[in-house]
Amino acid sequence: MQKVKKYWKGLEELKVQSDIVDKLEKNEFVEEIPVEKSEDKNSSRRDFIKYLGFSTTAAAIAGCEGPVIKSVPYVVQPEQIIPGVANYYATAIADGNDFRSILVKTREGRPIKIQNNKDAKSFNCSNARVTASVLDLYDTYRLQGPKVDGNYVLWDDFNNQIKGNLENLINDNKRIVLLTQTQCSPTTKLILDKFLSKYSNIEHIEYDTISSSSALDAFENIYGIRALADYDFSKAETIVSVDADFLSDWQGGSYSPGWSKTRVPNADNNNSMSYHIQFESNMTLSGANADNRVPANPSELKKILAHIYSRLSGQPVNGSLNPNLDKYVDLSVKKLKSSGTKSVLISGIDDVNAQEMVLMINDFLNSDVIDIKSPRLIRSGRNSELLKMMEDLKSGKISGMITSGINPGYSLPESEEFLKIFKNLEFTLSFSMKEDETSRVAKFLGASSHYLESWGDYEFKTGHYYLAQPTIRPLFDTKQFQDVILSLIGADTNFYDEIKSNWKNNILSSGKTWGKSLQDGFFYDYSQNELSIRRKRINLNSPFAESSNELSLVLYPKVGMGDGQRASNPWLQEFPDPITRVTWDNYITLSISDAKKLKLKNYNVANGALNGSYAKITSNRKEIIAPVIIQPGQAPGTIGLSFGYGKKYGMSDEMKVGVNAFNLYNDFNKIQKVNISKVKGDHEFACIQLHNTMMGRDEVIKETTLEIFNTKDKSYWNPTVMVSKNHIETKVTSPEVDIWRDFDRSIGHHFNLSIDLNSCNGCGACVIACTAENNVPVVGKEEVRRSRDMHWIRIDRYYSSEDTIQEDIKIAEEAKGFRKYKSTLNALEQAAENPQVVFQPITCMHCNHAPCETVCPVSATSHGRQGQNQMAYNRCVGTRYCANNCPYKVRRFNWFSYANNDEFDYNLNNPLGKMVLNPDVTIRSRGVMEKCSLCIQVTQKVILDAKRDGRKVTDKDWKTACSDACSNGAIVFGDVNDKESEISKVREGDRTYRVLESLGTKPNVIYQTIIRNNINI
Amino acid sequence: MSSHYEAPIRKPLVEGDKSYHDITVDIARPIETPPNKDWWIAFSIAVIAFLWGVGCVTYTIGTGIGSWGLNKTVGWAWDITNFVWWVGIAHAGTLISAVLLLFRQKWRMGINRSAEAMTIFAVLQAGIFPIIHMGRPWLAYWMFPLPNQFGSLWVNFNSPLIWDIFAISTYLSVSLVFWWTGLLPDLAMIRDRAVKPFQKKIYSLVSFGWTGRAKDWQRFEEVSLVLAGLATPLVLSVHSIVSMDFATSIIPGWHTTIFPPYFVAGAIFSGFAMVQTLLIIMRKVSRLESYITLQHIELMNIIIMITGSIVGCAYITELFIAWYSGAEYEQYAFLNRATGPYWWAYFLMMTCNVVSPQIMWFKKLRTSIIVSFIISIVVNIGMWFERFVIIVTSLHRDFLPSSWTMFSPTFIDIGIFIGTIGFFLLLFLLYARSFPVIAQSEVKSILKSAGENYKKLRDSHE
Repeated sequence: MQKVKKYWKGLEELKVQSDIVDKLEKNEFVEEIPVEKSEDKNSSRRDFIKYLGFSTTAAAIAGCEGPVIKSVPYVVQPEQIIPGVANYYATAIADGNDFRSILVKTREGRPIKIQNNKDAKSFNCSNARVTASVLDLYDTYRLQGPKVDGNYVLWDDFNNQIKGNLENLINDNKRIVLLTQTQCSPTTKLILDKFLSKYSNIEHIEYDTISSSSALDAFENIYGIRALADYDFSKAETIVSVDADFLSDWQGGSYSPGWSKTRVPNADNNNSMSYHIQFESNMTLSGANADNRVPANPSELKKILAHIYSRLSGQPVNGSLNPNLDKYVDLSVKKLKSSGTKSVLISGIDDVNAQEMVLMINDFLNSDVIDIKSPRLIRSGRNSELLKMMEDLKSGKISGMITSGINPGYSLPESEEFLKIFKNLEFTLSFSMKEDETSRVAKFLGASSHYLESWGDYEFKTGHYYLAQPTIRPLFDTKQFQDVILSLIGADTNFYDEIKSNWKNNILSSGKTWGKSLQDGFFYDYSQNELSIRRKRINLNSPFAESSNELSLVLYPKVGMGDGQRASNPWLQEFPDPITRVTWDNYITLSISDAKKLKLKNYNVANGALNGSYAKITSNRKEIIAPVIIQPGQAPGTIGLSFGYGKKYGMSDEMKVGVNAFNLYNDFNKIQKVNISKVKGDHEFACIQLHNTMMGRDEVIKETTLEIFNTKDKSYWNPTVMVSKNHIETKVTSPEVDIWRDFDRSIGHHFNLSIDLNSCNGCGACVIACTAENNVPVVGKEEVRRSRDMHWIRIDRYYSSEDTIQEDIKIAEEAKGFRKYKSTLNALEQAAENPQVVFQPITCMHCNHAPCETVCPVSATSHGRQGQNQMAYNRCVGTRYCANNCPYKVRRFNWFSYANNDEFDYNLNNPLGKMVLNPDVTIRSRGVMEKCSLCIQVTQKVILDAKRDGRKVTDKDWKTACSDACSNGAIVFGDVNDKESEISKVREGDRTYRVLESLGTKPNVIYQTIIRNNINI
Repeated sequence: MSSHYEAPIRKPLVEGDKSYHDITVDIARPIETPPNKDWWIAFSIAVIAFLWGVGCVTYTIGTGIGSWGLNKTVGWAWDITNFVWWVGIAHAGTLISAVLLLFRQKWRMGINRSAEAMTIFAVLQAGIFPIIHMGRPWLAYWMFPLPNQFGSLWVNFNSPLIWDIFAISTYLSVSLVFWWTGLLPDLAMIRDRAVKPFQKKIYSLVSFGWTGRAKDWQRFEEVSLVLAGLATPLVLSVHSIVSMDFATSIIPGWHTTIFPPYFVAGAIFSGFAMVQTLLIIMRKVSRLESYITLQHIELMNIIIMITGSIVGCAYITELFIAWYSGAEYEQYAFLNRATGPYWWAYFLMMTCNVVSPQIMWFKKLRTSIIVSFIISIVVNIGMWFERFVIIVTSLHRDFLPSSWTMFSPTFIDIGIFIGTIGFFLLLFLLYARSFPVIAQSEVKSILKSAGENYKKLRDSHE
């Protein structure tokens, strides 16, 4: 029996007969509620006024515009997407210029950052361009759908119209050219084969905007397949490079991780390091990092190569070398011979004969470094084919053209002529992401997807297969080229199906599944084909027939811009060139002596900004007027000019900077005979570094030689810094000279970042990675010119003023007496004609005794428990005292509002561009200071994840955007309270030093002394 | 009349045949008569400059500090230069009224009122810069240790900028009180003479009911003495603390222990120069030649010469120490200061501050009004450049050569500076027509001892 408890509401209920109880049963309330009955009462005049007032105010308030936040909630939570948790996908980029295996970080379905796919065995180091490519996905200038004659159409209509057009042309037996980038994709090749067999009048031509044709020809002549030799520089003991900028873009690049492994003397390699000599005309990244750099003009370079060949092969050579070069040739030959199979010679000379010499030399040396068994397939363009195509276009033999992923209307040497003909062809179809020079005049404009929206498979080198997968559904009505081709050949599959079946049937073996390959992003097949060498008789005399008196123009791709397909990317435009540190421009580089002769000047205006004279270069009846940068190290008699600038279409006006060097790329040869003359006017550069030398300061960069490093004690070459206390020399580490109150730093984590100046080659991938990770704003050319760049990490580049940096330091020390001191220091401001170069990445040093922290009036910057110097943006009132008091000048002030500001019309000013923002990092408002945070959002996540999982944080979990992006391993980040961690070991190493240590700032960012391996003759 | 005795060798401090009533009339004249055309012209120029400055400040607050010429390396330039310059100028007033009062220098009576007024107006100009130089000036109140809703969030007492806040606000309030105390009998005098009811009302309000009883005078004397005692250390402390903005930092060229005395000397130097500039004009315009005599000008010139020489010593000491220390960065900072891209600023500073006051050794020159006027302007230019040199040339080339750059002002930088000059003149011009510009009650107290007519009378009786 269940009895419901009854609670009394009052004593009244005790009485059986109570009218209150009765009433309560009927009514809820005992007394009548005094509610006004509006219907039976007339509203007074005052009420009317009240109602009127209220409703008018309410209507007015409702009419005010509130902030509209466009956010769409998930109605159905997608699988695998957890808000706030990043997903990573392995994919690959192959844009015709850069070929890399990458890892894409996505947040809430948006790709926001490109990282290295560290598990990949080759092509695993993304550079600045690849890292920045994610921003191209969110470019407002992207095509939003297919167009015919300038009008948007539906894809079905588009495909049908193309099909109709193609069939008409095939019936009339008219020739069509399919011009694409190098297709190293096995499945694309299959599809294209089907396509070409269906439309037999179509001819496929592969076109590399920056040609490697001579190297390909040479490899084909000697080994029988059209490919490029690959190199494993980690095996090298001697590297002789004759004009090959292998640390940036030579033959597809991706060589610096291997190189860097041989550059750090440590216990693993018996404290040895490779010897690298570079003969070159322009000052390149490779030259800047070489042990010995020998400037030579292009005709001398060919002679140098011929002499090296001759001295190694014994084949006699007619003609002699200038004695200064001869010394270095002797040295190179000696080193090549002594290192035997561990030596390698490479060359970037655009000449088949020279490239054949290179392959032959490496064969003589029996070099382990060169890999011909698994050559690179990422370039295949043939100059002769393209030249013939131009001929045929001019003579009207070609009636139609299909282009994909390239922009010949910009990048062909005869681009203007090409466009004139292209415009009038019967059938033009262009697959492009933008309405660029070529696609805007094409009849059919196929809106291509970004590579992060596309499927793909690639064989970068023989046996090395990579998969690309979309990381986001296409943002616009775009399709990838291969899917359109499939529909043209009438297949009812899509490209994904094709890849999957091709991989399952033809590629995958050794038990690796499709799913696993897709997850990894790669598959390796080591059953390599043997290539046999066909020895060739090399013509050693041709280099000596050329006259060498003319001025040579050496065209090159800039580290930040490459072939220019990402010219509308604001991150890359603002990326300072590692050598000149100029942003937002290309320019003529000129040697100091030639500049003097031609009276061309570089000078600083009142606010420090750099100006340079304009010069006109003429070649083959074409002329270009470009500004001049006087480049220390440039070989006299040569000038440099980079590709990738001077684009006019498919981008905002801010991005249309520089001149188009492709106009001078006659016969696809990077060396051109030119004339140069001064023209009126000066150009305004946006150069980030205005002072080029280190002024003999020995506390900025420390260095020693390999010999001293191996024979002398640390106290000789990296002594503890001494400061004077009461005229007694005291170690800077001693508590005697420390006026700060110390606290126990052994609890919890204590982060340090180490930068190894031996393995850093200044490539700048970290700069872009940091920009992407930390939402660093782009400020534009004018603001950079005002020295207001916002980068949180910068790579300082110093030239020596004497022959070496060490001599600079020595003469600065010896300059006693006012007059001598003044003249010495003035002289030290000028860089040498062929200087030694050093790169030094600088971030916030996170000083344990930070000068910025004491001076902030509102404590907006203070020290974290984990060693970071933290910025509380909310608290900052913007006195800039901290920035003034920072000896490393790493603090960056928000001079303006950089987001939602039409004055700064970059990605932060439009909703599409903002999709690239990292939601973990706030956008700084106007008037606050910002700087490197040691990626605190990343380290905190690591800590919280470990805490949630109830485990200890492991050393390999720690990373910052820069340390993760550095494929050379130059940047090491970790917890020094973990004695087993890599950073602890690095920190205890003999090479550790701190920048400006005598100031007593006790930085948490440490540097590794440079060990030089240069040979003085 | 023994208390009115003064050595005959002393020059008269009040020239001409003045009676007590003449003094009253002379001092009250600018207040009681309508302004002339010259005043209106000067006033219009000041208003235009002021409005121009207001426009530039508004633009800065509207768009950001980026409208100035600053950059990542040079985070302070004209803003703090102007700030220190104005604070420096503000030093003469208190020095004249407090220190000279304690030293019983009676010649101060002719100039102390205007010098103090100038002090207060200059501090107001100076106060503008720390606020508008902030990236987020609307949060300027965060610089005060106010109780707040952020828990235990407090200002950073280690920061010299916080010391500045205390030093300057103390200085301003003490100066203001001191000035106003001195004004009371004079304002009461104006009140008593006023005929228009509105004027009378105002002056009776601001004169705090002064009646002129013996007790009033006794309290007046006591308060003046106490305030003089309070203000004297402030003369030394304010600019010492301002100098610590630089001295406590680690930037070579800033990090110098010599700064506090050097800055104080410089401040007195520039303050006297500004007093000189203003009074030479005012004595002419307001016909006060009898009270601000050539002797006053000469004495101020001597102070300018002495402080200029002290400053010169400091410059030389800095150079010597840079060399003697053997400190790499310090040495370079001074080499760069004297011979680098801003050598012209250093040269201007040296010429204006060290060389030009030396001509005051010549009696003929230091008693020439036109020379005094020119030198006072030159010194003010020189002292502005001193601060510019210290701030900009130290910052633009510090430790890492990769960050070296230069600074160039924008028209906003210049506009704000001109605006503060306009504002300053505007206040001074208004002051000159509404306040008794000479401490007449004090002057009256020395009339019988230092008045020319009384001196003559005394001489003729001997």
